[in-house]
Amino acid sequence: MSNREQFRPDDHPNEHFLLTSIVGSYPKPKWLNRVSDLAEDPDSKFTEEHLHEAHDDACRVIIDEHERTGLDTVSDGEMRRNEMVEFFADRIEGYEFNGPVKVWGHNYFDKPSVVDDVEYAESWLVDEFEFTHAAASKPVKVPITGPYTLASWSFNEAYEDDAELSYALADLVNEEIEALVEAGARYIQIDEPALATTPDDYAIVGECLDRIVANIPDEVRIGLHVCYGDYSRIYPELLEYPIDEFDVELCNGDYEQIDVFTDPEFTTDLALGVVDVHTTDVESVEEIKENIKQGFKVVPPENLTVSPDCGVKLLPREVARQKIENMVTATREIEAELDAGEIDLGPEVSAD
Amino acid sequence: MTELIATTPGLYPLPDWAKDELSELKGHQKGDLISGDEGPEVVDAYDRARSEVVDAQADAGLDRVVEGQLRWDDMLAHPLTVHENVETGGIVRYYDNNNFYRDPQVRGELTPSGDVAAELAAVDTDALQAVLPGPYSLADLATDEYYGDEADFLDAVAEFLAGEVDAFPSHETLFLLEPSLVENAPTDDANERASAAIDAVADATDADVVVHTYWGAIPEKTYAHLMDADVDAIGFDFVTDADASLYNINEYGTKDQVAMGLVDGQNTLVESPETIRDRVEWVDENTHTDFERTYVTSNTELFYLPVNKFEDKLEALGDAAALAEVDA
Repeated sequence: MSNREQFRPDDHPNEHFLLTSIVGSYPKPKWLNRVSDLAEDPDSKFTEEHLHEAHDDACRVIIDEHERTGLDTVSDGEMRRNEMVEFFADRIEGYEFNGPVKVWGHNYFDKPSVVDDVEYAESWLVDEFEFTHAAASKPVKVPITGPYTLASWSFNEAYEDDAELSYALADLVNEEIEALVEAGARYIQIDEPALATTPDDYAIVGECLDRIVANIPDEVRIGLHVCYGDYSRIYPELLEYPIDEFDVELCNGDYEQIDVFTDPEFTTDLALGVVDVHTTDVESVEEIKENIKQGFKVVPPENLTVSPDCGVKLLPREVARQKIENMVTATREIEAELDAGEIDLGPEVSAD
Repeated sequence: MTELIATTPGLYPLPDWAKDELSELKGHQKGDLISGDEGPEVVDAYDRARSEVVDAQADAGLDRVVEGQLRWDDMLAHPLTVHENVETGGIVRYYDNNNFYRDPQVRGELTPSGDVAAELAAVDTDALQAVLPGPYSLADLATDEYYGDEADFLDAVAEFLAGEVDAFPSHETLFLLEPSLVENAPTDDANERASAAIDAVADATDADVVVHTYWGAIPEKTYAHLMDADVDAIGFDFVTDADASLYNINEYGTKDQVAMGLVDGQNTLVESPETIRDRVEWVDENTHTDFERTYVTSNTELFYLPVNKFEDKLEALGDAAALAEVDA
């Protein structure tokens, strides 16, 4: 039984329902970056308390921006998070930070070291979720960095190998998701970009996911996001994963890889990236409609979710907003055309 | 008793102040990276950073001093990405790491540039170790849009590197880094060509030449061919794959000198000098070989590390060599 119907808005205009969603990050308002710097400046009168207030304000603004675009599920755009590994490592016992390391050119990140057994010390995302849930009128999606990526993008000083570290972290992710579900979360997205760089480790990610979903009720929707890699190296293996939805970045590659998912038959829901997050050109509604139709090569409409390729935080904010707005408009038009029988789905994916 | 030489394969992390200062001066985008014609402020920042890492090696008691390759924004692809007949394309993944470099697209003849020689001339030491990508790895990291034939391109890259070496100031040792021999090993006839290309570069210097390999052990056929190259030592990654490295040595022999990658260049866990010394002894025992000289080094470049751990690893390497000498 699919758990996506719970996200259908009461006033949804069409019979068909393609769930629209974001992947996670959203551009921060410029003033938030400014005041974050101020809060770190010891000579400034701007305190951590002020920064907390600024974060609350920014979250409200972005939730509202998401709602105005018409998205079916929204988030706070990760306004409180700095980076996808650092944020979590900072909250997990057993991690330490030693300083920035190079990614490329003069782009660095504070790659943390696991120096002791990892332990769940404090909630990572429950406060963030509760605030967003209270401020939003739409269901909230919670992105969380997956254990394999948390392990791969850290220095491992304490565990036998990265698989052992991943499993230990998966148990902590499970604990956090249980707390989120307790707080009311119904849509969780596990981000595992590291799988794209080392696809041979798909079995480790599978074992992690088994641990993550243990004792999580079926009505909680679990998505998995993997981006910028060769999907043929993890397909069809990923169909074994205990997830409701697999979220892919395919717009960037002009859907060259879409056929990967057609053989064998795709048996979970597909969340399809339909706008490119690495170009500031805003795709037109017509273009996005064609992109959405690519998804019908893989799944019928009732199994298709529509999202951007990846987090949109590197785009100028107005560009990000326009892309999301066009994405929602395109989705609603596709739904209406499906209702009217104007879209030929082809024999292989049409619903019985 | 083997002479122990504490050293590193170079490619150091920038000091944190230099990360900030150069980010400000250069920017964060593809077009902002080093192209070989940087302005005086950038040159000055690199000069100060270079002095710092040269001093750090002296303080750590290393027996060979590298320039640090702090300017090598594109890691091992640097000698090509700054070349006038090479254009830089998109950002591509650097081996199996979360690191990226600009794809060097060779569009014209690879004439000598003198870029690396100028860096080495700025190092004040009497124990200079030059570092270059090996010809096979450099060709592997690049895209050829001029020579048209894989073998010709490899020869051209080797000739180019030999030209760079020709211009080097006096140096004790030359490390040629050849991770592609592991990560994308040659097949069939390419094995012989890779070995000949390395030979051609090694021929350009009177210094000892070490061909250092890492991220595992090279396939045995490739290793057998590499033994034909007239170099002084082959470097092995005992951190990633000690067994396969031993296998190559025991099955096909090795040079009179050896480089042992015993310190993990990609993990912040700092090996103690005693641990490093134990590992040297372990290799000696398991190869039943009395090496004339052993270079004790990290397996990989060190830019993957935060600065504090990088410095700790230099200390550990220096102390390990000193410790062994006292014991002898």
